[in-house]
Amino acid sequence: MQGAGSVLRTGMGQTITQKILAQHAGRDRVAPGDNIWVDVDTLMTHDVCGPPTIGIFQREFGEDANVWDPDKLVILPDHYIFTEDPHARRNIEILRDFAAKHKLKHYFDVGTARYKGVCHVALAEEGFNRPGTVLFGTDSHSCTSGAFGMFSTGVGNTDAALIMGTGKIWVKVPETMRFVFEGKLPPWLMAKDLILSVIGDIGFEGGTYRALEFDGEAVFDLSMEERMTLTNMAIEAGGKNGIIAADQKTVDYVEARTDAPYEMVSSDSDARYLFEKVYDVSTMEPVVAKPHRPDNRAAVSEVAGTKLDRAYIGSCTGGKYEDFLAAAQILEGNRVQVDTFVVPASTEVSKQLREQTLGGKTLWQVFLDAGCKMGHASCGACLGGPVDTFGRTHGTEVVISTTNRNFPGRMGSKQSAVYLASPLTVAASALHGEITDPRTVLV
Amino acid sequence: MKNRIEGKAYVLGDSIDTDQIIPAAHLVYSMTEPDERRMYGRYACTGVPNEQAGLPDGGMPLTDPEAWTSEFKVVIAGSNFGCGSSREHAPFALQEAGIEAVVATSYARIFYRNSVDGGFLVPFESRERLVEQIRTGDDIVIDVPAGTLTQMPSGDVFLLNPLGDVADILRAGNVFEYARQAGFIS
Repeated sequence: MQGAGSVLRTGMGQTITQKILAQHAGRDRVAPGDNIWVDVDTLMTHDVCGPPTIGIFQREFGEDANVWDPDKLVILPDHYIFTEDPHARRNIEILRDFAAKHKLKHYFDVGTARYKGVCHVALAEEGFNRPGTVLFGTDSHSCTSGAFGMFSTGVGNTDAALIMGTGKIWVKVPETMRFVFEGKLPPWLMAKDLILSVIGDIGFEGGTYRALEFDGEAVFDLSMEERMTLTNMAIEAGGKNGIIAADQKTVDYVEARTDAPYEMVSSDSDARYLFEKVYDVSTMEPVVAKPHRPDNRAAVSEVAGTKLDRAYIGSCTGGKYEDFLAAAQILEGNRVQVDTFVVPASTEVSKQLREQTLGGKTLWQVFLDAGCKMGHASCGACLGGPVDTFGRTHGTEVVISTTNRNFPGRMGSKQSAVYLASPLTVAASALHGEITDPRTVLV
Repeated sequence: MKNRIEGKAYVLGDSIDTDQIIPAAHLVYSMTEPDERRMYGRYACTGVPNEQAGLPDGGMPLTDPEAWTSEFKVVIAGSNFGCGSSREHAPFALQEAGIEAVVATSYARIFYRNSVDGGFLVPFESRERLVEQIRTGDDIVIDVPAGTLTQMPSGDVFLLNPLGDVADILRAGNVFEYARQAGFIS
C-alpha cells in the first residue's frame, strides 16, 4: 500500500520546523538536538490545565504579576463544560476571574455568545493559527495548529506558567520525519485514514521527539479542516509537532479570519530528514485503529462485521464541519442501528450544521432523522470526563469513534473498547451496527 | 534531586498512557488545596487495567483505595511511559502518591518534560528492560551519581542512562529555579 520506502537525505538545508524555531530564537539556523529558548507568539490553555497553570504562574511570579502579553494569551474552556461537577464548574470561575483581572480579550467564556468549544478547532476559526508563528498549548493536541505552516506543540502547566510570565520557553529542536502523499484521494478515504496508516506504520512511539512533516499532492488537495486531522494525530505517534507548509488555501483561510501578520515558511529542498516515506493514496484502504492503541491499525475490510454498541462522531480531530458532512452523506435517509452520538467540536460547527443542507434538510436534521443523539460543542466524551458527560462509556461498550485515542478507559470505562476510524467508516458502521467498509454504502 | 532513592518497586508494562496514570474524570481537583490535591495520590494509576496493575501478578493498586499515599516509591515500566495527554497532573499524581522516580526504557516526550520541568519525580531510563526482572514489592536502591539501580536483597545491579541535559533542571528543583540560577528570570 505504500510507494517508495524510506530514504535518508543529507543536506545543509533546514526543514520548515527548524526555520521557524530558528527565527523565534533569533538565529539564522538551528540543528536537531539544539536546546534553544524561543519567543512564543501564542499561548493557549483551557479549563483543565488553565487553573493549575494560573496557580503556578502566581506562585512563581507573584499574586499580582502581569501576563507577559495579554493579547497573546488565549483561553478556551472546552473540556468539562456541560457537567454538574462542582469542581469543574469552579475551574471555569477561576478562568473567568483571571481573565477579568488581566483584561484578557481572548477569553471565550462559557455561557456567553463568545463560547467556542474545542480549543484546537477554535484557534483556527478565530484566526490564531498563522503561518510561521510559534504556538504552545496546555494540551497534547496543540500540534493540530501545525496544519497552518506553524510550529505548535503541547506542554504541561509548569511550562505554560513560565511562558505566561516571560513569553519564552526552552525547546529541543526535533529531527523531522517526512510523509509524502501522492495521487488523488478516492472518495472513500479521508485524512483520518492517512494518519492512522502513518501511525500504524511507524508505531505509537515512532515519532517521539520528532517533527512529522506532511507533504505531497494529496495533502495540498485537502481542505484546511482535513489537514488539521493529519497534524492533530502527530502526537499519537509521539511526535513533538505535525506540520504542513502553508499554501494559497492556508492564506485564504487565515486572511478571512485575521489581519495579524504571518510569514509563509517552507522546507529547503536540501533539508535533512531523518526518515521519509511516500504513499500512493489511490491504492490505500480505509483503516481503523483497534483497541487499545492508536497504532493498532487494521484495514476496515479485516475487521468488518465486528459488533458494535455505539458510534461517536466528534472531537478536535473528528468533529469539524467536513467530518459531519461526510457522515451525513452516508446517514441521510437512513437509520442508525446503534446509539450514535454527534458532538460538534465548536459552536461555529454547530451553527453550520443547522444552516447547511443536504437533500433539502439541514445536516442537524439529517442526524436527528437518522436517530443520532445530538450534543453541545465541547470535547465531550473523547476523553471520558465527569460521569455525566454526554456519550461517556460506563460499561463494556464496543465503540467506533472519530476521536484520536483509544487507550484503556479513555472514553470513560476501563472495560469499554474503542475503534478509531474516519467519519465515513463510523457512519457506515452506525448504519449496520457492526464495523462496515464505507465503500459498501457509498454510492 | 536526592543522591539516593530507595523503597518498594511498583511494576507496570509498556505504553502506560496518562489516562491510565490519572483518569480524566479526576482532573477537576485543585492541585494546590490540600484537601483536593491528595485525591491525585489516591487515584494515581487507577486507570491501569486491573490485570496489569502491579506486575507480574496484577490486581495490586498503586495506592490502597482507602489511603492517600502509596507504599511504593519507584515505578518500573517498559517503553513509551506517559504517552498521550499533556496533563501535568500525571507526574503530579505519582508524586502525590509518594513516587520519587520512574525507571522505564523510554518515555513519551511531554510526560518526561513535565516530570523534569515541574520537578515532580526523576524519570530514569534503564539500559535494559526491567519489567520482567523486578517484581512489584521488591526493595530497590537507586544510586543517582553512580547511575545504578540495585535490587535487594539479591544485590543485582542494573545500569541507568545518564540524565544528560535535564540533570541541571532536576538539580535546581524545577525549571523556574533553573531559570533563576541561569539569570534568565528574577
